[in-house]
Amino acid sequence: MAVELLERVGELLGDAVIDSHARLGDATVLVDAGRIQEVLGALRDSDLRFNVLMDLTAVDYLGRNPRFEVVYHLASVDTEPHGTDPARLPHRLRVKAGVLEDPCEIGSATSLYVSADWMEREVWDLYGIVFKGHPDLKRILLYEQFEGHPLRKDYPKERRQPLIGPLN
Amino acid sequence: MTEKLEILRQGRDSFLTTKIDAVVNWGRKYSFFLYPFVTACCGMEFMSAAGPRYDLDRFGAALPRFSPRQADLLMVVGTISHRQAPILKKVYDQMAEPKWTVAFGACTCSGGPYNNYATVQGIDTIVPVDIYIPGCPPRPEAVIDGLVKLQQRVQATPGWNKPHHKEIEDLSLPIIEKPLP
Ligand code: SF4
Repeated sequence: MAVELLERVGELLGDAVIDSHARLGDATVLVDAGRIQEVLGALRDSDLRFNVLMDLTAVDYLGRNPRFEVVYHLASVDTEPHGTDPARLPHRLRVKAGVLEDPCEIGSATSLYVSADWMEREVWDLYGIVFKGHPDLKRILLYEQFEGHPLRKDYPKERRQPLIGPLN
Repeated sequence: MTEKLEILRQGRDSFLTTKIDAVVNWGRKYSFFLYPFVTACCGMEFMSAAGPRYDLDRFGAALPRFSPRQADLLMVVGTISHRQAPILKKVYDQMAEPKWTVAFGACTCSGGPYNNYATVQGIDTIVPVDIYIPGCPPRPEAVIDGLVKLQQRVQATPGWNKPHHKEIEDLSLPIIEKPLP
C-alpha cells in the first residue's frame, strides 16, 4: 500500500522528490524545500486528494546540513463513499523538507490548508523557522518579549528569561 | 417558664463578650469562598478533595466562585506557565480584601518537575502565598490539612480590617496581547 502510494506520489511530483521510503506501512517523501507550496498544492489537488493537513512540525538536527526539517503529515479523508478504487481509500503521507540555518525560512502552507496557521506559528515560536507568506506570524505559546527559540538544540535549557520575577 | 422569661428580660443570658478580631476571624475561617485557578493535573485531585468523599464543605469551603470578585480564597491548582502568569496576577488583583492564597501542588510551590524556560518557578514569585500544599499531586488529606492550617492562620490574624498581604514589588509581567486600539 505505502509502496504503491510512493510510486504514484513520485510520478506526480517528479524531480521535486529528493528521497523517499516506506517503512512499517508509512510512506515518507523528502522534497525540495523551495518548491514546498507547489508540492503540497499538487498533492492536495491531484486524484490522491490529500485534503487534510494533520500535523506540521519541525526537527532540529544540530550539526547536520540542512539543520532543520519541517515535517508535514497529510491525510486523505474521503468525504464521498469510496468504491474499490485504491486511490480513494484513506491514506497518509509524510512530507519532509530540509531548512537551512540561514536563511531559516520556507514557504507557508496557509494558503492551501487553513489548519497550517497555528501550527506554523508554533514552529516559528519554538524553532524560529520563518514561514514566508503566513498572514500573521507571531508567537503562540510563549509571549512576545521571549528571546530565542527554546526547542532549538542549542538553546541553553537552564536559561531564564528575567521578565517574571528574578527567579524565573 | 416565667423564670426563663425573667432571665431574658434582665439580659443575663443573651449576650457574650469577645474581641472583634476573634469573632470576625472566626466567621471568615469557616466561610471561605474559593476561586479554583485550575490549570493542570492537580485539578483532578482538587475535584476529589472538593467532592463528596472528602468534602471540603465540612470545613466551610463549600462554594467555588468563578468570579474573583466574589472569592476570598485563591486556590492555585496546577502548573503556571509564563504565559499564564499575567492572568494569575490579574485574578489575584481583582479579588477584594480580605483574601488568601493557597499554592496547591509542587508546581505552584516551586515549579515542581518543570525546571525549564516555560514554567513559573513557584507562584510566590508573582503573588503572596499563605499556605503551601506539597505533593505531585497532593492527597486530599494533605489538602484538608492545608485548609485547616489556613483556618488557624486566619484565626490568628490581628487587625481584622487591615490588608495583611505584602505585595510583591519589582514585577514586570509580559504583555501577551496588545491592547485593543
Ligand atoms: S504538582 Fe504534579 S500533579 Fe500537580 S500540576 Fe504539577 S505536575 Fe501536575
